[in-house]
Amino acid sequence: MSLPVTNIPPTVPPALDHALLERLRAICGREHVLTEPIQLRTYESDGLLQYRVTPGAVVLPGSAVEVRDVVRACSDAGVPWVARGAGSGLSGGALPVREGVLIAVTRMRRVLEVDIGNGRIVVEPGVTNTEVGLAVGPTHFYPPDPSSQIVCSIGGNVAENSGGAHCFKYGFTTNYVTGLEVVLADGEVVTLGGHELDVPGYDLLGAFVGSEGTLGICTKIWLRVVPVPETIETMVAFFDTTGEAGETVSEIVSGGVVPGAIEMMDNLTIQAAEQAVGAGFPTDAGAALIVELDGSQLECEARFDDVVAICERNGATGIRIAADAAERALIWRTRKAAFAAMGRLAPNYYVQDGVIPRTKLPEVLARISALSDEYGLRVANVFHAGDGNLHPLVLYDGEAQAEHAEELAGRIVEACVDAGGSITGEHGVGVDKKRYMPRMFEEPDLAAFQHLRCAFDPRGLANPGKLMPTPRLCGEVPGPYRRHPLERDGIAERF
Amino acid sequence: MSAQATRTQTPPSAEEAAHLLRACAGEGLAVRIAGAGTKPWGGPGVDCAVQLRTTALDAIVEHNRGDFTAVVQPGASLRELQDAFASADQMLALDPPLGEGDAATIGGAVATADCGPLRHRYGAARDLVLGITVALPDGTLARAGGKVIKNVAGYDLPKLFTGAFGTLGVICELAVRLHPRPPAQATATGTTDDLGTLQRAAIALASSSLEAQALDVRWQAPTGAVLARFAGVAAHEQALAAERLLAGLGVEAATAEDDEALWAAQRAAQRSLDGGAVVRVSGRPTGLADACVAAQIAGATLVGRAALGVWWIALPAAAPGELVTAVARLRNVLAPAPCVVLDAPASVRAHLDPWDHPHDAGLVLMRRVKERFDPLATCNPGIFVGGI
Ligand SMILES: Cc1cc2nc3c(=O)[nH]c(=O)nc-3n(C[C@H](O)[C@H](O)[C@H](O)COP(=O)(O)OP(=O)(O)OC[C@H]3O[C@@H](n4cnc5c(N)ncnc54)[C@H](O)[C@@H]3O)c2cc1C
Repeated sequence: MSLPVTNIPPTVPPALDHALLERLRAICGREHVLTEPIQLRTYESDGLLQYRVTPGAVVLPGSAVEVRDVVRACSDAGVPWVARGAGSGLSGGALPVREGVLIAVTRMRRVLEVDIGNGRIVVEPGVTNTEVGLAVGPTHFYPPDPSSQIVCSIGGNVAENSGGAHCFKYGFTTNYVTGLEVVLADGEVVTLGGHELDVPGYDLLGAFVGSEGTLGICTKIWLRVVPVPETIETMVAFFDTTGEAGETVSEIVSGGVVPGAIEMMDNLTIQAAEQAVGAGFPTDAGAALIVELDGSQLECEARFDDVVAICERNGATGIRIAADAAERALIWRTRKAAFAAMGRLAPNYYVQDGVIPRTKLPEVLARISALSDEYGLRVANVFHAGDGNLHPLVLYDGEAQAEHAEELAGRIVEACVDAGGSITGEHGVGVDKKRYMPRMFEEPDLAAFQHLRCAFDPRGLANPGKLMPTPRLCGEVPGPYRRHPLERDGIAERF
Repeated sequence: MSAQATRTQTPPSAEEAAHLLRACAGEGLAVRIAGAGTKPWGGPGVDCAVQLRTTALDAIVEHNRGDFTAVVQPGASLRELQDAFASADQMLALDPPLGEGDAATIGGAVATADCGPLRHRYGAARDLVLGITVALPDGTLARAGGKVIKNVAGYDLPKLFTGAFGTLGVICELAVRLHPRPPAQATATGTTDDLGTLQRAAIALASSSLEAQALDVRWQAPTGAVLARFAGVAAHEQALAAERLLAGLGVEAATAEDDEALWAAQRAAQRSLDGGAVVRVSGRPTGLADACVAAQIAGATLVGRAALGVWWIALPAAAPGELVTAVARLRNVLAPAPCVVLDAPASVRAHLDPWDHPHDAGLVLMRRVKERFDPLATCNPGIFVGGI
């Protein structure tokens, strides 16, 4: 009964030939098809620089119709392709396929519609996360706020189901996408969901978000936006240990408070971020806990006192409350600088992204610390504490230590799975985490994933080699599939 | 459940559910999958030789209080689950009408993507389900998602199975996110008999910075109401602020702390168990007045989520032909907003397509999904969009 799913060794796809290149040039214009090695260099990696592949060509379509035609041309030629937004992904999701086509949507940056009355904005995929916020402000905002928001594209956010500091209360990208126009790998265009909610049928919209470019390329995106909260109260508390800060998080959350954001930085991260931003965080603190409450003024005021009391009870050595928007922005700038600032502590670093049940925080932090000692490498920790999403940053020095660092990062993610968590909370599987998928999923689970993949892209042309641990072929659907008479005749004809 | 089911099975474990599905698929038998059977929605489908009910799979497998998550079996009743979570001052923020005898199961609510007023603040079933285990017709049990509140490993099959009406397999286990139960709540109500004012009031609240837990509308000619419920330590003060906002718009406004009955009525109006029909409309908040007019002409009541544009129009009991015509008229007037028929007598169901889905590329893709997961059309054949 089960569909034939075959494991295959990676095959060499058909080469990108002259005829296809000419067709791509005819579609997008000569200047938007890049083939010179020096031009291709820019696109060899995404934000995960450890991996590098030179694509056969990079095309920069300017419209949904051009994307469709490019994908059709690739389909006709049997050439695989990879979608790319801003290339800030941290799992190698936009890593090109050798001899394949890289479709970069960076020219598609139009805001198509702003409908505040109905809480919607409609954009092309190359629009950045920050631009969405600007387009709906100042009355409304778009909650998912990855630290990379100034550069990363909404298309990339959709593909990775990106999160951010405010997701504990507000949810992730998937909770805000109501519709997508998608070009499937055969060049067919489908609309999943739309402006309205609860469009009948399978929630293919939900399945597409987070599919890392393997189910098609989205060319138009409907997003839900929400009114800005009446008030925002932001504070940062410092502790001697991450354990105390972790206990504080648990107490705040179990007391029924749902903070807009609750983020933790450990000592190494504080040092790096402080060097970069100079916000005046004490560099000898063991942990900094940023807590933001937003919503009704009365509600926030009442709860804020609770939060301060909980911090004090758990040994906070200092508490800074943002007096105005500028101070609030400074606290957030410090937090969002954390990744980039690591360059100040070590020549190289590897960003890990694991999730644990929040209550396992002390246990897993102790494990990370033990692993850090075992490997002789420093690990800085910064995390979305509310939803248990850890970003341990493994610091290392040069190529010689790279493999060692990556192995340590792997052990950390395994510790997350062992604690009942996940190998990735927001950066995606891409190429980087493929090998850990079998730690989290059994064969029948992977086979079910493959069912979905095969329904969307039976020939495996969209972003092949990502997400799934081993390359697989899609078998034919075994027949005869017994169509219900209604389905066979087409309901339209009957009624 | 209009089709005649001959043999009812209540598998006691996920493994046995998977085994049963495979056995039926092997024999070419169609299986009707149900929980408590409170929502006989969708098309009539084909007659099924076997009925699989999840009612014996009713355990709470885990309640991780500190993590605000739970792992439950699909046959657990929503009512019992809420009681259990309430003991820890927590709740599953999913509050659809519970059907006859309050018997609705979580599996049924998820499979039909049913919802209630809490959706305004906490999202729909799709937003609360973290992980899923499903029995597939090939006899395997597949798991996707996880039990942590943030996770992007693998495809989001929990969303695919939410609202799939059991046509891809049987949901055997669900991991869900829980929320704290608010210490207090209060509701501001604005009443008006002018549709323009009603719509303006609804949109004003939806786009205000007042953070409501639920924001509903109701139109029962000749009057309508917008209801905004607030939760938290300052619930009452927030409701008073909403009351002031409503009063400023020329709406007759009041605040109630004892508001349970108001919301029970909203939920109840999403169902019709007495020979009427319920049409769920996917619209836009700015189309509320038009939808109310359409409802009024049909002699129907409208309730719904003001900020989300999802409304239920309950047509009163009438002869089957009249109901079929009334549905067609609603669809005509409200097009292109999808109008899905939920409750309706079998005699009505037999004469209309409850789904109102166009024959487009999206439907072709849905069929391909169905064929991959359920190649022999074993699971609930014929009840879903396009006769899937
Ligand atoms: C400093 C830094 C901080 C970061 N912080 C965060 C954070 O806080 N939270 C977080 O979640 N992530 C974070 N990221 C990761 C990254 O920014 C996100 O994953 C982002 O969504 C990627 O967007 P992009 O436009 O750069 O996508 P790309 O890297 O170009 O592509 C990412 C994936 O999306 C696919 N894709 C791109 N466009 C489309 C499309 N139109 N249709 C279909 N598939 C498409 C690609 O094939 C690829 O698989 C951070 C990265 C950096 C470098």
